[in-house]
Amino acid sequence: MTTAADQSMPKLTAKDFASTQEVKWCPGCGDYSILKQVQTVFPDLGIPKEDIVFISGIGCAARFTYYMDTYGMHSIHGRAAAIASGVKISNPELSVWLVSGDGDAFSIGGNHFIHLMRKNFDMNYLVFNNQIYGLTKGQYSPTSEKGKVAKSTPFGSVEEPFNPTELALGAKSSFVARTMDRDPKHLQAMLKRAHEHKGTSFVEIYQNCAVFNDGAFFSFSDKETKKETAIFLEHGKPLIFGDNNDKGIRLDGLKPVIVDLNTSGLSANDMWIHDEKDKTKAHIIGSFFDSAFEGGHFPRPFGVIYTEDRPTFEDGLHNQIQELIARKGKPALDKILSGDKTWTIL
Amino acid sequence: MEQTLDNKVGSNAQLIDAESIVIRFSGDSGDGMQLTGMQFTDTAALLGNDLATFPDYPAEIRAPVGTTAGVSGFQVHFGSREIYTPGDQFDVLVAMNSAALKVDLPRLKKGGVIITNIAGFDKKNLNLAGYPDGVNPLNDGSLENYIVHKLDVTKLTKECLSDSGLGMKEIERSKNMFVLGLLFWMFDETMEYTITFINEKFGKKPEIAAANIKALKAGWNFGDHTEIFTTRYKVSAASLPKGEYRNITGNHATAIGLVAASEMTQLPLFLGSYPITPASDILHDLSKYKTSNVRTFQAEDEIAAICGAIGASYTGSLGVTTTSGPGMALKTEAIGLATMLEIPLVIIDVQRGGPSTGLPTKTEQSDLLMAMYSRHGESPLPVIAASSPSDCFQTVYEACRIAIEHMTPVIFLSDGYIANGSEPWRFPVAADLPKINVSFLTEANGPDGSLLPYKRNDLLVRPWIKPGTEGLMHRIGGLEKQNETGNVSYDAKNHEIMTHLRAEKVEKIAETIPPITVDSGKDSGKLLVLGWGSTAGAIKTAVRECIGLGYDVSHVHLRHINPFPKNLGEVLGKFDTVLIPEMNTGQLLKLIRAKYLIPAIGLSKVQGQPYTTIELKEKILEILK
Repeated sequence: MTTAADQSMPKLTAKDFASTQEVKWCPGCGDYSILKQVQTVFPDLGIPKEDIVFISGIGCAARFTYYMDTYGMHSIHGRAAAIASGVKISNPELSVWLVSGDGDAFSIGGNHFIHLMRKNFDMNYLVFNNQIYGLTKGQYSPTSEKGKVAKSTPFGSVEEPFNPTELALGAKSSFVARTMDRDPKHLQAMLKRAHEHKGTSFVEIYQNCAVFNDGAFFSFSDKETKKETAIFLEHGKPLIFGDNNDKGIRLDGLKPVIVDLNTSGLSANDMWIHDEKDKTKAHIIGSFFDSAFEGGHFPRPFGVIYTEDRPTFEDGLHNQIQELIARKGKPALDKILSGDKTWTIL
Repeated sequence: MEQTLDNKVGSNAQLIDAESIVIRFSGDSGDGMQLTGMQFTDTAALLGNDLATFPDYPAEIRAPVGTTAGVSGFQVHFGSREIYTPGDQFDVLVAMNSAALKVDLPRLKKGGVIITNIAGFDKKNLNLAGYPDGVNPLNDGSLENYIVHKLDVTKLTKECLSDSGLGMKEIERSKNMFVLGLLFWMFDETMEYTITFINEKFGKKPEIAAANIKALKAGWNFGDHTEIFTTRYKVSAASLPKGEYRNITGNHATAIGLVAASEMTQLPLFLGSYPITPASDILHDLSKYKTSNVRTFQAEDEIAAICGAIGASYTGSLGVTTTSGPGMALKTEAIGLATMLEIPLVIIDVQRGGPSTGLPTKTEQSDLLMAMYSRHGESPLPVIAASSPSDCFQTVYEACRIAIEHMTPVIFLSDGYIANGSEPWRFPVAADLPKINVSFLTEANGPDGSLLPYKRNDLLVRPWIKPGTEGLMHRIGGLEKQNETGNVSYDAKNHEIMTHLRAEKVEKIAETIPPITVDSGKDSGKLLVLGWGSTAGAIKTAVRECIGLGYDVSHVHLRHINPFPKNLGEVLGKFDTVLIPEMNTGQLLKLIRAKYLIPAIGLSKVQGQPYTTIELKEKILEILK
């Protein structure tokens, strides 16, 4: 929404979004890049600073709130989503951003995460996934790969990790995207898409923990490997990857198949065309994570995996209230105090 | 209200004036005893009686039929004088089956009236209730000290509704209305209000409404036309203070107290809640007031419920969360956050028997120390407690005032007894409600245009700053704050300063609360009975009866428990002995002994049941004799 007053205001810069507090993440932490991309993108969103609220839980990622010159609350472990729900109900005009790590969002805050997806408040949930507990100094997390050797699992973890995309889709998320700290342009694009989506936008951001899990995602961003390991989804474009863009993915029924474009005689246009509104296909893309299909080695998908338009919680609530007021009117407080049955003692 | 002797045709029964009567409606969980009791209560209230009620039901929705575990009771004490308790013993016991008789007979007065449904005394029911084979209390002479009316309510109801076209199950469900009609006749009360109620409740099912009304009238006529009932009782209207009254439960009073605070402050009300007995009715009630700027949020769990309220308060709403003991345990970390954030928040704990799941439907006052101390770290909070169903209104309103004016979470304690119990209430008009001052910071408050979110006023209260306010962007959180700036600080001295500031802020609330006064008796003497919460009615009755017998005893009842009223120490010091009865093992007792260093005596009851007047009187007399 742009008003005359907005236009008369000088455009904000990335610097305007930096708070006075010294940033205290470890050198080499992926959080620096995420902070920079957020501060870079925000002036383009055209929202007055006072209308932006960051809510975070606990963990390295959660300190993000202190570094943004907006409104913000650094709350308690796992509860950012619940607190943000109250914020959004109270003032739907605010632009609400949540910042969590993988432990905050999927472990201690797992219940709030799934319910937030289903309730679909118009807010943005950025989860910095580094597949490790950083602030508590290196325990495995709910997204750590099975067998992870960490402080609390010296002989390797015995658990399967969450696949956040599938978790969000299963919880009825209306917007699911994945990006990474080491691809600033893609990260910026995903932040903008998240902002544009009306509903809860879940953005999983692969983030490097330089101290406890260094390089966990480098294969998705290193020049030598990324073409084979990552696939960048674009709505209406075919699923193509590989060193020379020579591999494609097509569907054989509901089964995805990797095709060699050089030898198969098929062209890019014969491949699966990404439709970010197709939930069935989103589930299949989501499961590339596990390489669970015959042939394995599916590239990790990045981009907007799924999005749908559906009513938000706050609109549902406030519309219901407005309809009730239109139909029944607003009772006087004195009527509420007296109730329907009274008697008088003279 | 002028009453004359009944002169209806057919009735030869003698009408006796009674000052007060206690009726216990008792039956299976599915017998509709709560509804029957409430209908009787509403009518008594509308006819001007003072009264107190006590719904007493099992935790199971449909406990095993016919067993003592499944007995659901509703007790009403109504009178032509002031009534403060639901009564120690019953004058009339309505026992719909043998289990109900077994459970409630011990508290029926000798010579009291028993109305039984003999269909509930067949072999099967007697076995389920645990009577030995061949024993039926209705025939074995064990009830010879009582006036027993043996009616086949089931059969009578069936007969009167045989041509209603309803199925047998629906017909049987109307038997409580037959009993209610009979009771209305016995106590010379009108059926008018219940008929209106039935028509409203079953508006869409006229055949059910008609059947219920028919059963109700049949009950009345049964009393009127048969010769079995020789006595009727008349309880005249009470001479209560002049004014307009309604009947109200504690939970409903709590709900509308919150609505009132929201309206008077023009702050939207946000209730974050997760269903839990016995607090859920507050959520139900508030969800009906959505047109009054009320937003109810049934959260995914207790933690989300309070966190939603914290988010709402942070955004400038009146944030409230409602729960009971187990939920309080889950909320403690979030209460600590609100303490650190220094934002308004009202936390309502409708106490029940604990620990753990404990006695979900039974009452207790055992969360007091939890309310005082359950957070980690030094995190003092104001704690206030309601003393009766209607007092929930004023007390929760006061909780809102403290939360908003002092920028702090406040814990409001109610309990299952007053939450579900009801009494007549001379309700206030909106214009007479006390003002609650609300202000939001709109301009920078520090030197050179800087913002100091934790700069405090004389009462050590920081400003409330709503997101959306231009130029006042700032960050707050659970980490320790630098004094005034609110920035994160790990400085050793600063933490000590902030710890003391948070405590002093709560202590300073005492400057805004009225001095405590003696409720009954002299303001000095031999014995003071000091109470808090729902024991008020029983203590008041016991103390007044003892004063009437010439004993030197007084009663003081606390609403504010943290901080205590400033003059409490002085008041306690004027008595030789202080007795503190509680429905716990001595929690206020510990607080009073620790703070005032006096050898107060405790009286403890943890049976899931409120105090009877007799229990308190015995203790008072033991001390004074």
